[in-house]
Amino acid sequence: MSPAALEKEIAELERQIASLKQMADEHELDVGAELRKLEVKLERRRRESYQNLSAVERVQLARHSKRPLTQAYLERAITAIKELHGDRAFRDDEALVGGWARLNGESVMLIGHQKGRDMKENLRRNFGMPHPEGYRKALRLMQLAEKFGRPVVTLIDTPGAYPGIGAEERGQAEAIARNLREMARLRVPILAVVIGEGGSGGALALGVAARILMLENAIYSVLSPEGCAADLWKTASAKDLAAEALKLTARDLQRLGVIDEVVPEPVGGAQLDWDAAAAQLQAAMTRHLQALTAVDPDTLRQQRWQKYEALGAWVERQSKPRRSGKH
Amino acid sequence: MAWFRKPKQKLSASDRRDLPSDVFDKCPECGEILYRARLEQNLFVCPECGYHNRIGAEDYLRLLLDGGEYREFGLELRSADPLEFVDLKPYPERLAAAERQHGEGDAVRTVTGRLEDIAIALAVMDFSFIGGSMGSVVGEKIARLIRVALQEQRPLIIVSTSGGARMMEGILSLMQMAKTSALLAQLHEAAIPFVSVLTDPTTGGVTASYAMLGDVHVAEPGALIGFAGPRVIEQTIKQELPGGFQRSEFLLEHGMVDMIVDRRALKASIAKLLRHMLNRPEPAAAVSPG
Repeated sequence: MSPAALEKEIAELERQIASLKQMADEHELDVGAELRKLEVKLERRRRESYQNLSAVERVQLARHSKRPLTQAYLERAITAIKELHGDRAFRDDEALVGGWARLNGESVMLIGHQKGRDMKENLRRNFGMPHPEGYRKALRLMQLAEKFGRPVVTLIDTPGAYPGIGAEERGQAEAIARNLREMARLRVPILAVVIGEGGSGGALALGVAARILMLENAIYSVLSPEGCAADLWKTASAKDLAAEALKLTARDLQRLGVIDEVVPEPVGGAQLDWDAAAAQLQAAMTRHLQALTAVDPDTLRQQRWQKYEALGAWVERQSKPRRSGKH
Repeated sequence: MAWFRKPKQKLSASDRRDLPSDVFDKCPECGEILYRARLEQNLFVCPECGYHNRIGAEDYLRLLLDGGEYREFGLELRSADPLEFVDLKPYPERLAAAERQHGEGDAVRTVTGRLEDIAIALAVMDFSFIGGSMGSVVGEKIARLIRVALQEQRPLIIVSTSGGARMMEGILSLMQMAKTSALLAQLHEAAIPFVSVLTDPTTGGVTASYAMLGDVHVAEPGALIGFAGPRVIEQTIKQELPGGFQRSEFLLEHGMVDMIVDRRALKASIAKLLRHMLNRPEPAAAVSPG
């Protein structure tokens, strides 16, 4: 069942429960037994359908229009952000936000992609697709955090880095590449969390961390299922096949050793209860950040390097000797 | 032989009749009819207009390394197909076909050798192996090469050509960007020179990682270099792209590469750069064109 159909059924059950309660109030009837039956059904329906979500359904949830965005977590899990603006070279990219923030009272540098809630905000936020100046702002803030010995927390939620003329002119590739190298070198803890869409290099440019968390319904992929379908299946209609094949769910990534922990969402998805989603994320972030801040800077970097150096899946075929070319 | 790629532009039927295909070629840029042997001698650069035809990894090894001699690493590495990926055909079949056709195990060759007597570590990508895409094997081979460069204090040169990350290895392909960049972070801190050579075409995840992390960026003339491919950009902005967009000359103008170097002067140019970064004198007798 698709998330849409699931939501419809859940909404219908919720409506039935509400009207039953109302009826009971109005007519002073005892509907306790009937009510409990409906509630149990609702709960079961939520869990059952939720546990067996396909990759495609996770993609839909990750992009759900009511899913909490970076801003939502900033208002809940991470408080009192003092937003900082600009890359000091070109402009302020509002597809990516950052600044000093407090997590359980501790000062951290928070950096995250920011999608828009509506069309107007999306135009300002460019649908959460940063230009090079966004990534350069992010790097500036990370190095600011390093200067004062504060940890960096990144929230990843982007369809990808923006593919456009200005982005190419100003070096989108260079900006991403530099972040990858400089994040590897950073002498303070980095904790990365994929909260929604982890879209390729545009996500990775905030994602080089020894610890990476992922919300249960977030996705993280080398490219979108739509892009993959068009490239490999030669038809956009193969996007469901591509979504499965790409292994882009949180569980898949944990299995592949890319992420370290899957953070549970409220049953049905984070869009149903922002507060609960934020509370669970906050607990996980706190735990991991505590562990990271206990480690000295050199070891932190070593751990980061070791993590990435081990990533990949190759086999070694024996027998072929080293070749020495002579022409 | 595999090391000449046919020009992109097709000859018309009448042209084809006139030209014995193994003797003559028509330059896709200026249309000049060229004697194949002369073109080959000229490193597949059109002697008339300077158009750089694409060449393979073996050609770069030969043109950059003293005596064409090298020691190659990582020949035993093959992709483990971590996603058990199947699109229109299974990924292992694509790999096997590429290897049969190509004679190589993946899209990069990694060697040590000497360039104008400087001991270097060299990686050369090959676009003809699944679009020069970067998966686990490309990432691991480059990682191992950087470790050799670190251990033996060898300057690193990477000749890139790639369509980007390899889709069939999913997220693990993406992670190769971070992996190679983490090793380049160590090379950077060890102050070992890294010259990135960008050839036609270099896009996607390779550009957005090691190809743009050189101490010096050297591009071949007219090479397509970018983050997003032109097709993706056109679809996004729904307008036609200006001429010369994402070509080497455009990148030079926008400050993304340091210089554009003719293939025939590439070796001498890199040698000069390395001697500066290594603080070595220019050889007295050398009269080099770059």
